[in-house]
Parts: sequence; structure tokens; C-alpha cells
Amino acid sequence: MNTKIIIAGVGGQGILLASDILCEVAMKAGFDTKKSEVHGMSQRGGDVVSHVIFGEKVYSPLISYNEADVILSFEQVEALRNLDYLKDGGVMIINDIRILPVPVASGMADYPKDAVGEVKKFVKNTIVLDAESMAKELGNVKVMNVILLGVMAKQVKIIKKEIWIEALKANVPPKTIDVNIKAFEKGYDFS
Amino acid sequence: MKEILSGNEAVARGAYEGGLHFACAYPGTPSTEILENMTKYKEIHSHWSVNEKTSLETALGASFGGMRALVAMKHVGLNVAADPLFSAGYIGAKGALVIITADDPGMHSSQNEQDNRNYARAAKIPMLEPSDSQEAKDFTKIALKISEEFDTPVLIRLTTRISHSKSIVEFAERENVEVKGYEKNVKKNLVMPAHARALHKKVEERLLKLKEFSNDFKYNTIEYKNKNIGIITSGISYQYVKESMPDASVLKISLSWPLPDRIIKEFADNVERLYVVEENDPFIETEVKAMGIKITGKEIIPIVGELNPRIVKESFNAVEKYKLKETMEKAPGRPPALCPGCPHTSVFHAINKLKLIATGDIGCYTLGALPPLSAMDTCVDMGASITNALGLEYSLKGRDKRKIVAVIGDSTFYHSGITGLIDLVYNKGTSTVIILDNSITAMTGHQDNPGTGKTLMGEDSPKFDLERLIKGLGIEHVYSVDSYNLEEVANLIKRETERSAPSVIIARRPCILLPEMKKKKFDKYEIDENKCTGCQMCVKLGCPAISFDKEKKKALINKSLCVGCSLCFQVCKFGAIKKVQGE
Ligand SMILES: Cc1ncc(C[n+]2csc(CCOP(=O)(O)OP(=O)(O)O)c2C)c(N)n1
Repeated sequence: MNTKIIIAGVGGQGILLASDILCEVAMKAGFDTKKSEVHGMSQRGGDVVSHVIFGEKVYSPLISYNEADVILSFEQVEALRNLDYLKDGGVMIINDIRILPVPVASGMADYPKDAVGEVKKFVKNTIVLDAESMAKELGNVKVMNVILLGVMAKQVKIIKKEIWIEALKANVPPKTIDVNIKAFEKGYDFS
Repeated sequence: MKEILSGNEAVARGAYEGGLHFACAYPGTPSTEILENMTKYKEIHSHWSVNEKTSLETALGASFGGMRALVAMKHVGLNVAADPLFSAGYIGAKGALVIITADDPGMHSSQNEQDNRNYARAAKIPMLEPSDSQEAKDFTKIALKISEEFDTPVLIRLTTRISHSKSIVEFAERENVEVKGYEKNVKKNLVMPAHARALHKKVEERLLKLKEFSNDFKYNTIEYKNKNIGIITSGISYQYVKESMPDASVLKISLSWPLPDRIIKEFADNVERLYVVEENDPFIETEVKAMGIKITGKEIIPIVGELNPRIVKESFNAVEKYKLKETMEKAPGRPPALCPGCPHTSVFHAINKLKLIATGDIGCYTLGALPPLSAMDTCVDMGASITNALGLEYSLKGRDKRKIVAVIGDSTFYHSGITGLIDLVYNKGTSTVIILDNSITAMTGHQDNPGTGKTLMGEDSPKFDLERLIKGLGIEHVYSVDSYNLEEVANLIKRETERSAPSVIIARRPCILLPEMKKKKFDKYEIDENKCTGCQMCVKLGCPAISFDKEKKKALINKSLCVGCSLCFQVCKFGAIKKVQGE
């Protein structure tokens, strides 16, 4: 069986880079892998979703409803938006931050009072963390993504941690390797 | 060597390996990254064209001279380039001529979901449809060969899920190919009636030869499994079929024009029930039915929107229809919006305030149509704003006192606004045209254009002088204004729309996302809660950094998003927005 992972969030949060790293890690681990996402309009503050699949042989680059093993959402409401893609028994990881869509900010729509609670009603395995604050504690807000990748890596048991560390080293600016590794470990040990 | 590439990156790689000499394009999602990646290969001259028609004509010119040439565009771009496409079909290709069309089923970032396989049939030229990045690379190389062997342009049809999906690609070396050189050949390259009659005959003969080639083409393949169900498919739909119907027999079509008729017959003879799974139009289906073969297609497969494995499976009743979870709280939509500090904002704010009719165009600025700005009435195709305004002017004359402005971006103006403006002057229009000059092609991710003074390969080029150009077209009233000066923008628009002569306003400010703008230091703004009356004038700018607290009845500025454009400061009548120094 192939492993199917969705990374979701808001334009500018680094979703595409995170899914690129995941894809590379999967290839390094010897798997066939594909990923799919949409660029364009989404970059102007819209929602962004990346589908990543890996396994012995991958055909479709798209994940369908009720299929994802893990959904990693960089923002609360995006977890709710993608809920239907998670398979029964799948894991939902939610970064506990809110980014208000423009219709909400300008008072034309409402942000759910408890998006996380709503997700939890349906998903037993929900992991919630405030990776933004955790990144600030490490002194670099930018490593928020890497903390979240760490949390996800722990859930994807068929890929060894060492491969992740190697890929991170190759993908982040050399000066920031240390803080990125720390961030990854922090995420990995979170759950 | 193996790498994970997007379909677009793979096309560029394939072009390089296949000995390409020349590539050009006008940007358009989902095709843009093809040319952006071409610049990695110094052996290839690559450049941004002004539009798709000039682009295809330029590539054909390079082919006249014996270069291997490639041109890329989004699906609607091929409409713009359709005129040279049909001529090129007759002329053929001395140096290879490969045309990439990137279609957008599902309309992720397009105004329609036209199926450009229809162009291959209409222009009588062959078309390849890759189903992943490896094939995108391989087929680009094959297309270069077919083009020269059969003396024909070759279309490659990508779709969003091919262009923007990534998969593993195996690399090869570049094949070095000599440029063949130019020779005058009017019977072939000059399509006047006498020549074209002979050429059309050749085109029909060429199609017959290509059909034979298609029947022998090793990428048109049959995979027999359970013979109760046989599915014909192509492109990304092939992947969806393999994923969702693993036991079915499959005929994968890679050269989808001309279709391999013998293979189709053989497959039809060997399976019990025959189906076709294809996105959008019943292209293969129509042809197979014309062959007198019974096949099921659009009776079960949706024609609207893109497919995915689930839709395919549900169409075959192989799985129950998925029922969406009923959540109590719904996720609010997150539509794209003009960025904080976007220089386009002030113009739309003024249009809204002045209650003007605004014929619009395509670019980031189309987002000015969304609430709360709601300042655009129409959007048709690139360049249409100006000529739509001209036509509308005629129907309003003597019947409706409202004033019309046409709103168009700088790249769009160069693309196809200039000819429309000549039309407006020639036919005595008096509408005001506003050019939103943010010094870049922003929507598609910051490509250079004639106004930026840089080429795709990073060379300097003459920077266009818009004022002089427009004056040269015979428009006396040309004014430019700083987009960040709200009052001046509004006054100028008011004055010029009242004038009974054509006028152009150039609203100028570089895009806030440009690297040089991001580096600039600026002061941020914040709300003084004691002075804020909750009037929401600032909220009506639609700035993503400004929100309204319904309970407190106060506006709020998100400091991490504010870029200090000062528009909110300018609209506030109560002095409730103030500068925060030194951030
Ligand atoms: C015929 C055609 N070609 C390409 C596109 C893709 N496209 C949409 S908007 C745009 C560029 C807009 O640039 P500009 O006019 O400068 O406005 P900006 O986005 O910078 O505000 C392009 C290339 C299209 N929609 N139609």
C-alpha cells in the first residue's frame, strides 16, 4: 500500500517547500513518489494544498476523499477544509494558529469558534501544537515548518529519521542547519 | 541520474536533451515554468515574447532558419496564436517546431476549460499527451524528431496535473544538433493561395503517414488484464484509471492525434465492454464512435471539471459515492486577494467611490472585482478591457450617463491592449483607459516584460516609454500618477472620465512583492482605538492586514502583514491611524 500525505495551509506559509522535502525523502528511502499541487491564484493569500504519495509504484498524483494517511495542516481552518480527505483511522496534525481569510477580516464571513474541536469530533488521532510559538522559543520563526515536518515524520514510520535529517541538511541554508535540526527533533519528540 | 521534476521542468530538460536551440513563450498558468527552467541551459536561447501569437511566429522564424524551436503557452494562449498555428500546419518545420499547450481542466487559474486536443485535429498536426514527468521529458524529445521527420509542427498537450505534479525522471545527455541554415523556399514558406493549395494536399498525405506512425508508436500501448472491461485513455486520466481500476484492460494513447485506428480496433475486438476515460471533451470518444465502434464515455464520465481517481471509480460504480462529512462549523472560503500594499488597490477604491463602469482585464488586478472593492464589471480575455469599453460607449451614448473606464495591467497592455487603443482612437472613443503599471507581470509570478528593461536571460533591453508610445498613437491626454496617492488618483480619474476625448492614466508603483521592494525599510501603521469610530472606511480597502473586531467595533491592523503603504491612513477621516516608527 502507498502512503498518502496532504500538506495544507495558506499561500506564503512554505507548503510547497515542505512537500518538496517530503518527496525527496521518499525518493531517498527508495520509493517511487509523486506530488501534486496548484500554483497560480493560490499565491495571493488563497489556500494551498499539496498531495504527496509514495510507495512501490505510484500512479495518480492526486489523493481522493477518505484516503490520506496523514494530513498536516499549517493552519486551523485548513484542517477543517481538508477533513474529508483523511481516511478512517488517519492522523490529523494541526498547527494551532489562525490566519484570517479576507472575507472574515472584513466582516463578511465568520471564522469557526472551535475548528480544532470540530475536527476532533471526527478524528481520534488529532495532534495539535502551536509550532509558531515553539519556533519563536528556538529563536527563529522560520523553522515553524520544520517543527511540523518533524511531527509528521514521527507518524510516517516506514521512513527512517536519519534520511530526514540528511534531506534537511541539503535543503536549508548552511548557517541554519543547527537550528533546523533542533526544530525537527522538537517536532519529532512532540507526540 | 534521477531527479524529482515537475512536468514543466521535465519539458525543459527534454528540450535540452533533444538538442533544442530556441525557445520562447508568453507566461500563463500552468505553462510558465517551462521557459523559466529553460534558462538553466545556456545552449538554448530563450526569451519572453509579448504575446502568444508573436511567440509562435518567432519560433516559426527560428525554424525557417533551421533551428530546433519550441514555444509554450497556456490553453487560451493558443487561441491568440491560432492564426499562425494553422499556417504553420501547412508550412511544416525545417528545424523542428514544438508547440506546448498547457490546458487547465478544473480552471484552477483560467477563464475556461477548453480542450486543446481539438486544435490538433483542426490544424491537422500531430499531438502527444504525456502522463507524467518522465514522459513529458521523453515526449518532448520525440516531438522534436517527429517534427523534422514529417515536416510538421507538433503539439504537446499538458494539463495542470502534468505541469504541476512532480515525479521521478531519469536524465540523459544532450544530443548536439547542427542548425540547418536558411534557404529561400517560397512554395513552402509563403502561404498564398497558389502555394497553399499544393500544401494542403501534402498536409492530408502527411496525416495518413502520421496515422501509420501512430499505429506503430511504442507509447500507444495495450495492457491486457480482465477482458470484461477495456478502457481507452490518455494523459493524466491514464494514471487515474490505473489507480482506480487496477484490474481493467487499458489502451493508453500517447499520440492522440492522429489516433492509432488499428490499435483501437484490435483492443475493441479483444474486450467485452469498451469505455473511454478522458477529461473534458469526448475527443477520443467521438473518433472511436465515427469508426463505428460501440463505446461508453461521457454517458458516465463527467465533461465538466477535472477528474480524479475517485470520480473514475464512482463513474464505474466500483465504489459507493462518497458522502461529505457534515461538520457543524464550516470552513470559510479563502479566496485570493490583492496583497497588503498592492498598488492596484487605490485605483479600484476610486472607481468604487466614483461609481464608474469598469471594463476589466486579466491579471492580479482582476481581484479588484471581489468585495469589498467590487470595482470591475467585465473580464473577457487579455486586452478586451479597452475594446469592450469602446463598444459599450456606443450603446450608452444618449441613453445612460454613467462613465466608463477600462482597466488594464502593463503586461496585458503590451500583450494586446495597444491594438485596442488604436481602435479606440480611430473610432473616436472617449473612454478613459487606466494602465496599472506595477513594472512586472505579477499574476503569473513576476516575469519581465517590455516595460521592465530586462529579458528572460537577464540581459538589458530597451525600456519602453509608455507615455511616448501612447502619445504616438494620437492620444493627447496622458497622465501618470503615483498609485499610493489616493486623492490624486481619484481626482485624476474623475477629471479624465468627464473629458469628451480619449485619455490614458498610468497608475505607477512597482509590485510590492518584487525583491527590491521587499528590501525597502518602511514605517508601519496602527489603529488608535480611542479615536477609531468603527466607520470601516479602512476595512473597505480590502487590505488583508486590516480586520474589523465586531465586538469592540474597532478596526485592527495586523502588524506582521502591514507594509506601510499608508492607504488606510489616507482614508481615515478621524486621524485614528498613526505611523509606528522604526520597525
Ligand atoms: C491569452 C492569455 N495568455 C496568458 C494568460 C495568463 N495571464 C493571466 S494574467 C497575466 C499577466 C498579467 O500581468 P499584468 O497585466 O502586468 O497584471 P499584474 O498581474 O501584474 O497585475 C497572464 C500572463 C491569459 N490569461 N491569457
